[in-house]
Amino acid sequence: MNLVIREALLAFRRAPLLSTLSVTTIAFSLFVVGLFGLVAVNLQQALRDVAERVEIVAYLLPGAPIETITLAEKDIEAFPEVQAATYVSEDQALARARAELVEFRDVLQELERNPLPASIEVKLKPRFRDVEHVNAVAERLRGFGFVDDVRYGRDWVANVDRLRQIAAAVGLVVGAAFAAVAIIIIGTTIRMAVLQRSREIAIMRLVGATDGFVRRPFLLQGALKGMLGGLAAVALSYGAYALINRWLIHAEFFSREQAVAIVGFGMLIGFFGSAASVGRHLRRV
Amino acid sequence: MIKFTNVFKAFPKGGLALKDVSFHIAKGEFVFLTGHSGAGKSTVLKLVYAEEPVTSGEVRVSGFTLAEARRRDIPKLRRRLGIVFQDFRLLEDRTAEENVAFALEVTGARRASIPARVMRVLTQVGLAAKAHAYPRELSGGEQQRVAIARALVNEPTVLLADEPTGNLDERATRGVFQLLRDINASGTAVVMATHDLDLVRQAPYRVIELQEGALVYDSAVDEPRDQAASP
Repeated sequence: MNLVIREALLAFRRAPLLSTLSVTTIAFSLFVVGLFGLVAVNLQQALRDVAERVEIVAYLLPGAPIETITLAEKDIEAFPEVQAATYVSEDQALARARAELVEFRDVLQELERNPLPASIEVKLKPRFRDVEHVNAVAERLRGFGFVDDVRYGRDWVANVDRLRQIAAAVGLVVGAAFAAVAIIIIGTTIRMAVLQRSREIAIMRLVGATDGFVRRPFLLQGALKGMLGGLAAVALSYGAYALINRWLIHAEFFSREQAVAIVGFGMLIGFFGSAASVGRHLRRV
Repeated sequence: MIKFTNVFKAFPKGGLALKDVSFHIAKGEFVFLTGHSGAGKSTVLKLVYAEEPVTSGEVRVSGFTLAEARRRDIPKLRRRLGIVFQDFRLLEDRTAEENVAFALEVTGARRASIPARVMRVLTQVGLAAKAHAYPRELSGGEQQRVAIARALVNEPTVLLADEPTGNLDERATRGVFQLLRDINASGTAVVMATHDLDLVRQAPYRVIELQEGALVYDSAVDEPRDQAASP
């Protein structure tokens, strides 16, 4: 193993130009994937923020006893889809209206009687914020005797839903295409490294090296190059993110897990790319 | 040791590289493999070190029957052979010492034993003083000596040499040839492919001559003949 590590590291020293070239190629290939990933991550975040606003409001009939409402609130909170259910009394509704609808302040001040109904505002858990679940919960709310009406932006929820599906599909297809291109480019680079050392491989085999012995330093080296390329790609992506964040829009960066995934992806391509190239080369000689 | 029985070898694109070749080389022998270029000398050697598969017939080398040998047996076979080429085949980015050590390292030799074994063979080929030189800093003859040291370091039972003096001037040729004779004198069989008939005449060794893939003369079985008549 010692020797494998030494041979793998020596290759960097012996062919610094080609090694740097491979790492750079891997870095930029993964950088493109990373940039796309950043777009995807931020689009997703934006859609999540929008979906955050999905709210169902159940307006209550006047005179419903507060005990019943409190019990119902507990029931509703126990729905598997529901994150929170909040009771808003008539007075609170009016206070809120006064605060929010500044232009109607005068009208609202002069009211003799509060025209606003009490309500229960229901917020769903993130994964249930789609049309189907919103409809289902709304339907159940209508079943309560003291509920007068249930409101939610049906079309709006449907639109958010569709947008999310489109984003996911585009993300998958374009992401896969970018990843495929990265794999091809990286594979070619690694193939060059193998070809550059074909003489050495031939000599190793002549003096009695096993295929495994020939292969191992390449695999380690491929994984190392992939890792370095991955790290550089994450660094480049961070640079791009910092620029966008400073000059364009507030954006999100990868989570730690996502960054690790990019580096891991680089390592995997490096490893399996090398395995494929060396394997093919060894089968030929 | 090395036994060819009715060996045929077809070129990949048709035609025969070897036609019905049979011979037996015993332990410790020195054998010249002669013939024009293209006569099949290199092919014979390639079959011996399993670089190419036999088309038909049987090749036995040092206990291996090559037709039956699996790919993973080939390294084991090669560790019993030393192979030297006309173009030396040294790694340019390693010193003489490292080139020789490399042959030990790839076979998984004990790390601690490597330096002493390397120095011993470099001394044997007369290059101990240039252990740290890179191939480009050595003359052709010296490079070939490094290659021979590399071939010897695993203590092979047979040394295969494919035109080892083909790229060398006369003086270097004499030196390398003498080295091969010394190696043979210490018990290692040597099979040397060459078309240098002056060299062949210098020594009383067995000669196997090939012509267009066929074995046309073997001094071990045929009547002695006037070597001036052969090509």
